[in-house]
Amino acid sequence: MAQIASNLKIHPVPVELERPALIQNQRNVGWISDRVAEIVEGKTPTWWWCAFVPSFLAMTMLLAMMTYQISTGVGVWGNNHPVAWGWDIINFVWWIGIGHAGTLISAILFLLRQRWRTAVNRAAEAMTIFAVMCAGIYPAMHVGRVWFDWWLFPFPNANGPIWPQFRSPLMWDVFAVSTYFTVSVLFWYVGLVPDLAVLRDRAKTKVRKFIYGFFALGWTGANRHWSNYEKAYLILAGLSTPLVLSVHSIVSLDFAVSQVPGWHTTIFPPYFVAGAVFSGFGMVLTLLIPLRKILKLEDLITMRHIELICKVTLATGSIVGYAYGMEVFIAWYSGNPYERFAFLNRAVGPYWWGYWTMIICNVVIPQLFWFKKIRNNLFIVFIMSIFVNIGMWFERFVIIVISLHREFLPGNWGYYRPTIVDILTYIGTFGLFFTFFLLFLRFLPMIAISEVKGVAVQADPHHPLGGAKAGGHH
Amino acid sequence: MAETAKTYGLIAEFETPADTMHAAERVRDAGYQKWDVFSPFPIHGMDKAMGMKNSKVGWFSFLGGATGYTTGMLMIWFMNAIDYPLVVGGKPMFSPFGAFPVAYEMTILLGAFGAILGMMFLNRLPRLHHPLLKHGRFSLVTHDRFFVVIETSDPKYSELEIRKLLEAAGSKRIEVVEE
Repeated sequence: MAQIASNLKIHPVPVELERPALIQNQRNVGWISDRVAEIVEGKTPTWWWCAFVPSFLAMTMLLAMMTYQISTGVGVWGNNHPVAWGWDIINFVWWIGIGHAGTLISAILFLLRQRWRTAVNRAAEAMTIFAVMCAGIYPAMHVGRVWFDWWLFPFPNANGPIWPQFRSPLMWDVFAVSTYFTVSVLFWYVGLVPDLAVLRDRAKTKVRKFIYGFFALGWTGANRHWSNYEKAYLILAGLSTPLVLSVHSIVSLDFAVSQVPGWHTTIFPPYFVAGAVFSGFGMVLTLLIPLRKILKLEDLITMRHIELICKVTLATGSIVGYAYGMEVFIAWYSGNPYERFAFLNRAVGPYWWGYWTMIICNVVIPQLFWFKKIRNNLFIVFIMSIFVNIGMWFERFVIIVISLHREFLPGNWGYYRPTIVDILTYIGTFGLFFTFFLLFLRFLPMIAISEVKGVAVQADPHHPLGGAKAGGHH
Repeated sequence: MAETAKTYGLIAEFETPADTMHAAERVRDAGYQKWDVFSPFPIHGMDKAMGMKNSKVGWFSFLGGATGYTTGMLMIWFMNAIDYPLVVGGKPMFSPFGAFPVAYEMTILLGAFGAILGMMFLNRLPRLHHPLLKHGRFSLVTHDRFFVVIETSDPKYSELEIRKLLEAAGSKRIEVVEE
């Protein structure tokens, strides 16, 4: 290192300030494609089947539950007067929130030039897409008559035509979620194109070569192409950033535009977005900690990556904690008896356990991430990430069920319980998520090969390892 | 290989991004036009080394976004205020504020399509056959090698001159690519 520094005539960074390299052990550019492509090319490992079979069975159960619900009616769920939004909407918001970390990593961290994102963005974006798929099922089923779902979109129909009513936040949601899904898929696919070319060029069989070649669109890595490609990627990042912020803001408006005490607050959009990013990063940790170990990716997804994700989780978790406090304060400060009651009822009402689970998982536990020792203990980080997922599920439970079960009129109060169909449907969405995620791991590069190569020191034409000669004309 | 095979161009292989960039600067200074650099990842500064202008993808995206916003606003105005007016809670039949979230999402949606389709159009992709993709060594372009290719269609094309230029730039392997 000292030798290199003196060649370039720059002062060496003091040891204590030096950042750990993004790619450990000085791995070269070729090693990166070998390591990542091997995951896709090798024999299907046993652990993969052990994970895939139960996931697939759970997905089958989801299909069975959906069939039952569609053929029988919404009554098979626990939704009823006064809690008409139950586990379905809780799970819709929960899954879509999980998706947000993928877009944050792929878009916002890209705009902020956080180069560490390259090692985790592909898997996180896949997580986004599959999570949004799970989320999308719920509102589609919740309407009751699934066969009329197409009325949500402004298709001309034979009834006049009758058009959707765009003053409703639920219509905004339709456009927000479908745009979010489409743009996430596009962004993901554009990122995949150069990596599909990697797999095409390494393919040993004709079938693989054809399929990967087909989807690689004839990518050659020409610099005239890279130039347009990078611009398109930058624009997509620039578009996805306001998109991801708008999606959960609009989801929050489904609540905030109504007048239910506990929902009718202006803090909802930023609070929902922070919560979504928080839960998404929790899920990123849950997925990546085992994966980097099983797939031997420790040199690419380094401890520095894990630590940075922990720090984002800490920051967003603290924002969420602040929002909880502010909600309570405003409820008191407003002097509105219904608002005051709604928040008191959260803490000490019949669902007090939901509220305190939320507080412990989302506000208290993430504070442990202040400690470097904790951030470096993968086992503890993994356990904490699961608490984050649980806590954020309970946040939606608190917002939806506790607010609805005791609204304005005591004669209108009730107690909500999910049915077994609710529970099995929720487990089924995990089956859907993991089935797709495992297929993704098996057939597509789970790390953005060309992007990681781009952040290697060997890729820098001004670095000695990139071939720069001392005293060159640069 | 058929004897009538035409030559597509000359391909020179390089091992480091720095060598490739210096080679690109030489080719640029020599005044070639139909040529390109191929690499496993975008090399920072290569656009300048090749003398390229800023990409035009932004215009396509802008066009898409503007179309999306206008379509969203006009669609909602037509549907909720003209074709099927319905009073909801005494709200105006059309208000740009209520229509904004949907128009905003459509801006993003069509802007994204504009960026991607624009990129594919400018790159003339998808293209499933390319003379370079048939060239044996070229498959390393997605692995760890770098290539400079000058096409025969370049007005200044001369095999001898180009070989000299690229050898001087440090390429140890220069080959002919068949069409």
